[in-house]
Amino acid sequence: MHVSSLQLQRRTHAAAGPAPFRWLLIGTALLFLGLFLFIPLVAVFTFAFEKGAGAYLASLAEPETWSAIRLTLTAALIAVPLNLAFGLAAAWLIARFRFPGRDLLITLIDLPFSVSPVIAGLIFVLLFGRQGWLGPWLAEHDLHIIFAVPGIVLATLFVTFPFVAREVLPVMQAQGSDEEEAALTLGASGWYTFLRVTLPKVKWGVIYGVILCNARAMGEFGAVSVVSGHVRGVTTTLPLHAEILYNEYDFVGAFTAASLLTVLALITLVVKKYVEWRAHTP
Amino acid sequence: MSVAVEQLTKQFTAGGSPAVSEVSFRAPAGAITTLLGPSGAGKSTILRIIAGLEAPDAGTVLIDGVDCTNLSAQKRSIGVVFQSYALFRHMTVRENIAFGLNVRKLPRPEAEARVDEMLKLVQLEELGQRYPGQLSGGQRQRVAFARALAIRPKLLLLDEPFGALDTRVRVELREWLHELHKQTGVTTLLVTHDQEEALEISQHVVIMEAGRVAQAGPPAEIYDRPATPFVASFVGGTSVLNGHIHEGRAQVGSLIVAAPKSAREGEAVRAYVRPHDIKLMKTASGNGGNSAAPGRVERLKPVGGYVKVLLKLPTGDTVTVEVPRTEFDQLGVAEGDAVHADVRTANVFVGDFSI
Repeated sequence: MHVSSLQLQRRTHAAAGPAPFRWLLIGTALLFLGLFLFIPLVAVFTFAFEKGAGAYLASLAEPETWSAIRLTLTAALIAVPLNLAFGLAAAWLIARFRFPGRDLLITLIDLPFSVSPVIAGLIFVLLFGRQGWLGPWLAEHDLHIIFAVPGIVLATLFVTFPFVAREVLPVMQAQGSDEEEAALTLGASGWYTFLRVTLPKVKWGVIYGVILCNARAMGEFGAVSVVSGHVRGVTTTLPLHAEILYNEYDFVGAFTAASLLTVLALITLVVKKYVEWRAHTP
Repeated sequence: MSVAVEQLTKQFTAGGSPAVSEVSFRAPAGAITTLLGPSGAGKSTILRIIAGLEAPDAGTVLIDGVDCTNLSAQKRSIGVVFQSYALFRHMTVRENIAFGLNVRKLPRPEAEARVDEMLKLVQLEELGQRYPGQLSGGQRQRVAFARALAIRPKLLLLDEPFGALDTRVRVELREWLHELHKQTGVTTLLVTHDQEEALEISQHVVIMEAGRVAQAGPPAEIYDRPATPFVASFVGGTSVLNGHIHEGRAQVGSLIVAAPKSAREGEAVRAYVRPHDIKLMKTASGNGGNSAAPGRVERLKPVGGYVKVLLKLPTGDTVTVEVPRTEFDQLGVAEGDAVHADVRTANVFVGDFSI
């Protein structure tokens, strides 16, 4: 056992090529990691605390920062559950049934991935904006979507649309429907089977999708920026808030907002890692 | 409870050949009936139609004489055991077995008692708290049986239940299933491509060929009197010999065997010979009505208790002969030796060679 594992180790070393080449590759990877990930990460916090913890906390206590946090959370709280429901339904439909338009549905789910977020935002402006298709009707009924909170929620929904479906679908397809059929023959209804059999089976895929969906919902800039109108304290999410402050040379404020998003990203990474680990240990 | 299907037809791809075509048979109450056939013969499709997991294009499913064709799977009360076990992986063995009882809202004490009873039945009393992932293949399949039987099904459907297991466990479980059936007496329909399994544990066998029933009857009848060349070649590891009718008997090379009475002089025939229905001799001292033919030993394959002898006949046909070990040792032949083969019995088919 011991000998064979040693041999295996030697073989993988040999397969990786001569030592200088190996170190060159590892060095390049580390250099990139440092330049493009680690230094920016440190920079965010350095700039945020440039004028000390007092300035950081003061910037954090700004009402506009709070309203940005609130709006970001609101958008995520609406977008994530809706996309969770849609993602589960779509994945279930695609994994379990063959129907006309199935391929089209698969393609459509991926659309937000392939469309530039700015274009995604523009679509909503063209639809709901003052000069848009539904603009006159909305104005008539005093409904505000563009440059208002509903627009931000819609844009967030659109860009985060694929995450849950994309994560759950392969899990469902890999696991087949034997267990569901067994449940059916044991007398379970479709809904009971979904709750007691299907959902527990794809649980980790769902959680993983929700984490990714949430991270994107909170961090989205492009699409939200187009529909927001940058009304301070009303339609600015955290990423937009950071940009506005930066453009006003308020670096501590900008990087304070940025640090919140960075912390969120780090938490997401840790949770994601944990979920991956749990999903692979039965 | 008996189950019967009438004129069942199912086509999956439009324009393709139907998976199941006008299939009718009856599985008698309290017996094990086996659907036997090569893969792709439509056995599993029939099982899934009976379970209600698939809807037939035409035909009816009768359970105890009642038409259940349009009843949903969840209302049929049929226990199904899948080849893949299909256990709920996130539930313990007990929870798996209790699933159907919980669906039926059986009071807790009653359900617990039933689970205990089932665990005892499948001899897994110690493993109730385990998860399926912690069990061996054979144990998992026994849990699947317990889960299916816990709902007191009218009918038990087994879809290649031992197909994913290794040979030793498969043979063990076959014996176990026989015992289980004796205890429960539930009408059982077994799908398998393993003829040994079929002949050993079932009281009734339905042979399937390309979506149709080729023959149905008790195992002995299927084995001794195959109705078609397909059945003759599929069951029993037969060798096929080509010949023709001469003076009312089938002449296959220098072998002469009995032929159907309807056969006309000179007509081409095929004789299906079982490996143990050929007697090997060193000299041509033919006995009985049949004659012994010369042949050459091509290959010897010792398989435990007997030796498989591949024999090349002058006609070019190759036959497989199974010789018990002791008899083989007395005979003392080696590869390349000239021997004589005496056919004890063969199934002769005239004309239609479509297999």
